[in-house]
Amino acid sequence: MSMTIALAGNPNCGKTTLFNELTGSKQHVGNWPGVTVDKKDGVYKKNKEVMILDLPGTYSLSPYSAEELVARDAIVRDRPDAVIDIVDGTSIERNLYLSLQIMETGIPMVIALNMMDEVEARGDEIDCERLSEALGVPVIPVVARSGRGLQKLMEAAIAVAEKHQKPKPVEWFGKELKNTITEIAGLLGGKDGDESLWKAIKLVENDEVVAKSIGEIKADPVRQLIKAANEKAGGDAEAKVADDRYQYIAKMIKECVRKAQRGHVETRSDKIDKILTNRILALPVFAVVMYVMFACTFSENFLFIEGLLSPGKWLEGMVGDLWGLFAGGVAGAVEGAGASEWAVGLVASCLDGIGSVVGFLPLVLVLFLLLSFLEDSGYMARVAFVMDRIFRHFGLSGRSFIPMLMGFGCSVPALMASRTLESDKDRKITMMITPFMSCGAKLPIYAMFAATLFAESNQTMMIFSVYMLGIVVAILGALILNKFAFRSDVSNFIMELPQYRVPTAKSVMIHAWEKVKGFAVKAGTVIFASTVLIWFLSNFNFRGMCDMEESLLASIGNGIKWIFAPLGWADWRASVGVVTGWIAKENIVATFGQLFGGISDEAVEAVMAGEEALPAISEVFNRVSAYSYMAFNLLCMPCFAAVGAIKREMGSWKWTLRAVGFQMATAYVVALLIQVAGNLFI
Amino acid sequence: MTLKDLKPGQQGIVEGIAATGSMKRRIMDMGITPGVEIRVIKAAPLGDPIEVNVRGYELSLRKEEAQQIEM
Repeated sequence: MSMTIALAGNPNCGKTTLFNELTGSKQHVGNWPGVTVDKKDGVYKKNKEVMILDLPGTYSLSPYSAEELVARDAIVRDRPDAVIDIVDGTSIERNLYLSLQIMETGIPMVIALNMMDEVEARGDEIDCERLSEALGVPVIPVVARSGRGLQKLMEAAIAVAEKHQKPKPVEWFGKELKNTITEIAGLLGGKDGDESLWKAIKLVENDEVVAKSIGEIKADPVRQLIKAANEKAGGDAEAKVADDRYQYIAKMIKECVRKAQRGHVETRSDKIDKILTNRILALPVFAVVMYVMFACTFSENFLFIEGLLSPGKWLEGMVGDLWGLFAGGVAGAVEGAGASEWAVGLVASCLDGIGSVVGFLPLVLVLFLLLSFLEDSGYMARVAFVMDRIFRHFGLSGRSFIPMLMGFGCSVPALMASRTLESDKDRKITMMITPFMSCGAKLPIYAMFAATLFAESNQTMMIFSVYMLGIVVAILGALILNKFAFRSDVSNFIMELPQYRVPTAKSVMIHAWEKVKGFAVKAGTVIFASTVLIWFLSNFNFRGMCDMEESLLASIGNGIKWIFAPLGWADWRASVGVVTGWIAKENIVATFGQLFGGISDEAVEAVMAGEEALPAISEVFNRVSAYSYMAFNLLCMPCFAAVGAIKREMGSWKWTLRAVGFQMATAYVVALLIQVAGNLFI
Repeated sequence: MTLKDLKPGQQGIVEGIAATGSMKRRIMDMGITPGVEIRVIKAAPLGDPIEVNVRGYELSLRKEEAQQIEM
């Protein structure tokens, strides 16, 4: 018999570790429809009939965040055969609060009491049998990291699922609430007693989603009952519900948990925190951690040693070389077989398309090995704690710093790093502004204009100012989006600071691998299709294959150049450059090389060496319009790889298009302002 | 008096929660309910948010949120 077992629990309770242990590496990761919350499922490695579904970590089944709604729909609406509720034994009191709520739903469940090794190390004792009696569900002690107790856990979970064994009803509520809840439940009636009991509790908790679902006829008497309950509970029955749950838990814990020491004991975690969030040391430590992360991924002079490549760059180079060998071999074989010119071109462009996906994988891998380490260790929560004061002014979370910083290296891994943000709103805004950070591929564009149009003494200042422009526009963009587009979302910062733990290599690697796979599969199609399309447009016209000057792309460039007239560069070659820049931003230089000087591949190398390789561009651009062009390409739609990453992380085309639309509009407005202001003052 | 007025190292008992809606729900879901004891551990390097210990774990919240918690 096949069955689904859902894993639920608080964030940081070891849920993902347990999931990885149960499913091995065969799992499927995606997004829940409509929200950027991870959806993971896999098959239990010891019984292929059992599907394991990993629900997002939540503290409650309230309807206020995407995570909570997803978790509760998956339990209440989809009704899995059983729920394994993972409880962190080291903060059992808060964890059991969610357990009570899951029990209220009446779904067969088992509690996995996790982190038992840490509980034992503290000298504490938890009486699982008594706890199980008090809660009316099986309680199995486990250590997810080492796999201890998992066999027993799964046997218990499969047993309750097969027997449809509901949790014994626990009366955690006091006398006053009990009357109200039973009366409302009776009023709701229905076939399934559990569901009406759960709904009744949620109604007392002021749950808007459930209130809407019960229909107009019953709404009025229910409201009367709740009003009466509110009066009895001193005006606040909602608080009474939370309070009664916690009181019941506190009483239970007194009976079942024996603490080795009374009062507060300084743990290893507290000692680490004394340094990492210390008043004076916190910011320098944070700066060093960020620098190390950036350098490991992107640096070409790693550890300040000239020419030593960082792990990220080294791996990128190696994968690039291997791919080059492979692609060269394939292209050679096609040519050798006597294929026509267009067929050779098509094969080459397909290889380019795949190559541009493959090329990003090493950076994504290295960055996510590091990010998963920071996340699993517990430091990521401290990043938000330390940086919140600065970033909240822009309507962002302290954790937005990481994607924005990584954006200076490459937008693709940076955009994927936005997943570490807590709220959906912060995640979306951060993704929309991260491409404004000037990535490595945009530097050749600035170098090209600098060498041709700017005096040597001004070049560095000019390039620096473009970088600053990106930062300023990103901050303003965040403010504007926050004020107008996401007005209704109120964010709060009530966040757990979890215990520091040494992450397991296995879970860090699985997480990084998921990211690499996700990018290759989900973003790959977008990147591949658009690369081939642009290749076709720039090599063909209606008569067949041709040079870029006569291609469809050139006609399109001529057709749309009027749009850019207000920006100071109504030239078809400039328009074509914008389009080829979407394949990869440094392509703009190669395109200009071809269209302005008859060189293409050498152009990038020449401008990076500071040579004035393309004097002809001064026929089209002056310093003001060149700056406007640079600003436009800095801010407009990022390369297709980055758009693919946005699509992958946003999980919807609608939001991807909104993000791109916002970026295009920002680019146009900023470039226009530069052109107008520049001509006024210079 | 509110949680915001406590200095690092001080502790107190929660009397009520002034916030409403989703903020109130979140505060209570995290274990801050009337009668519970909270100890302030420290403030972040820039003075805000603060870190507290409640029900045996560490929680961080902004001062404006702490102000909603009556002691």
